[in-house]
Amino acid sequence: MISAKKGDWVQIRQVVLKPEERAPQVPEDTKKMPLELWVKGIAQEDAKIGSTVEIVTATGRKVRGELTAVNPRYIHDYGDFVPELLKVDMQLKEILFGGDSNE
Amino acid sequence: MSKDMSYAAVMARKNEIMKQAIGIDYSVFESGGISFDYERMMREAGYTLEEMQQIQAETSVGNTPVVELKNLTALARKLAPKGKGARIFIKDEAANPSGSFKARRAATAIYHAKKHGYKGVVTATSGNYGAAVASQAAKRGLKCIVVQECYDSRMVGQPEILEKQRACEAYGAEVVQLTVGPELFYTFLTLLEETGYFNASLYTPFGIAGVETLGYELAMQFREKIGRDPDKVVITHAGGGNVTGTARGLLKAGAKDVEVVGASVDLSGLHMASDRDFNRKSFTTGHTGFGIPFATWPDRADVPRNAARPLRYLDRYVLVKQGEVFYITEALSVLEGLERGPAGNTSLTAAFALAQEMDKDQIIVVQETEYTGAGKHPLPQLTFAKQNGIEILFGNPDRDEPGKNIILPAHPSDIKVRDYDIDKARASYIKNCINNCKVTEITKEDFEFLVRDAKTDDSFVEGVLAELNVKIK
Repeated sequence: MISAKKGDWVQIRQVVLKPEERAPQVPEDTKKMPLELWVKGIAQEDAKIGSTVEIVTATGRKVRGELTAVNPRYIHDYGDFVPELLKVDMQLKEILFGGDSNE
Repeated sequence: MSKDMSYAAVMARKNEIMKQAIGIDYSVFESGGISFDYERMMREAGYTLEEMQQIQAETSVGNTPVVELKNLTALARKLAPKGKGARIFIKDEAANPSGSFKARRAATAIYHAKKHGYKGVVTATSGNYGAAVASQAAKRGLKCIVVQECYDSRMVGQPEILEKQRACEAYGAEVVQLTVGPELFYTFLTLLEETGYFNASLYTPFGIAGVETLGYELAMQFREKIGRDPDKVVITHAGGGNVTGTARGLLKAGAKDVEVVGASVDLSGLHMASDRDFNRKSFTTGHTGFGIPFATWPDRADVPRNAARPLRYLDRYVLVKQGEVFYITEALSVLEGLERGPAGNTSLTAAFALAQEMDKDQIIVVQETEYTGAGKHPLPQLTFAKQNGIEILFGNPDRDEPGKNIILPAHPSDIKVRDYDIDKARASYIKNCINNCKVTEITKEDFEFLVRDAKTDDSFVEGVLAELNVKIK
C-alpha cells in the first residue's frame, strides 16, 4: 500500500459536484458523472492512498481531499511512433526536392 | 457566519466576486441595453500601445522574429496555377518566454494585477495562456493558480493539457484540474473568493490590448523588411482575442488594407462539454467549438463585457481539418526546420491553401507559432487519438468525421480552406443579443452598435431585426 509521509508532495482528489448537483446545461453523458477536482501540495500528515489528507498547495492554500498519488510523475510523453507521419515527411521531401536531391 | 458555497449561491454572487477580482467597473461603459462603449472601455480600462510595449519589454515579451517560409512557398507554387503562390511568412511567437503569443496577453494582465496590489492571480484555461500567466506571475513575484478542464471521468487527460499542467507547475503555479464540464466556472469563482486574487481573464481590455503589440510589430517589421504591408494576415481563431488584438494593432499601425483572415479547425459534430467527446478531439484550442460560439456571442466569457469581439475585425473566416493541420505541422518541421505547434499551425494550414489563390508577388503572413514538446506534438496527439478509437487515414480531408477519424491529405494538393459564411455568424450574433437582452424593440444607439460590432451595414441589421419582429425606437 502506497502511503504518504507528512511533508511529501502529493496529489488529492475531491468531488466538487455530485451527479445530481450538476448544472442543467450539461450534456447527458457528463451529467451521469460527478465533477471531480485534483490538486497537488505538501501533505500535512501521514496518510494512505484513498484516505483523507490535508495539503498546503503551491500558493499556500490548505485543501483536504482523498490522497491519490505521492510524488506524482508526469505521464505524458512523445507517444508511439506514428508511421503515417513518416509517410507524410517522405512525400513532402519527394515532391519538393525529388528523390535524388542529395546527390 | 460561513458563506453558502452551493453551486446556485456561488453563481448568484458572480458579479460581486468578479468586480472585486478584476477591479473594473463595467457599468460605466454600459448603455442599459444591448450596446456599450467598446472603444471607451479599451481606452480607459486598457493601456496605450507605448505603455504595453514598455510593460512587455520589462519581461522580455514580444519583438519576435518574422521568418519567410521559402520551401513551403515553393511547395504551394508547385500546386498553384501559373503565376499564383504568394510568399508565406510566419511570426515566430514561440520565441516568447512561455512559448506562445499568450505571453503578450498575460504580461499586461499580470502587470495590472501587481500595480493594483493583488497578491496573486487565478486564471481558467487549459491552454498556452495558463503557462503564460504562470510565467509572467513568476517574473513579477505574484502567486498563481491555473484552473484546467483536464480529464474525462476515467481521469484520462489530453496529452496537450497534461503538458500545460507540467509547464504551469514548472513556472511555480498551483494547478487545479477538473473533469469535463462548464461548472469549472463555479470552482473558478470559489477560488477567486477564497484567495482575493486577481482574475487574469483572457478577455479583459488589458489582456486583449496586450495582443495589439503583435499586429503593430508585424506591420512595422514588414515595412522595414519588404517596404510594404502584407496583403493578408491569417490568425488562428478560438476565443477571439488573437483576432481582435492583432487586427487592432494592425489598425494602430495604419495598416488598413490588410485582409484579416480567421482560421479554425473544423470540429463540427463534437460536443465540447461531453465526457465522451472530450478526448475524441485532437485539438484543444483554435477549433470551431470555441471559434463559432465566441464569434456569435462574445459576452459568454468570464467578464461582464468581452474585449475580444472577432466579428468587428474579421474580413474572412475559414475552416481547415485536423488531418490537414497535422500534415502542415510535419511540413513546417521537415521543409523549414521548425518544430512548432500543432494547434498554432491552424492558421499556417489555411495560409498554405490561401497562398495558392494569391498572386506570386503578394504576401501572406501567419502571425503566430507555439512551442512544441512532449504531449504537445503530432506523435503523442495521434497516439492518443488512436488509443481513443480514432482512425488515422489518408484520403480527402473533407470526408473526415471529427471524433471518428482524422484524414491526413493523400497529397498536399488536397489541403484547402472552407469559407465559413460570416453573414451567418453576424445574423446569429444579432439574434443572440436580442435573445439575451429579451427585448422587442431596441434604441438607435443599440442599432448603431450592432452595425459596428458585427462589421456590417444598416440594411443587414434591419433585415435580421425584421425577421425577429424587433423594432427600432
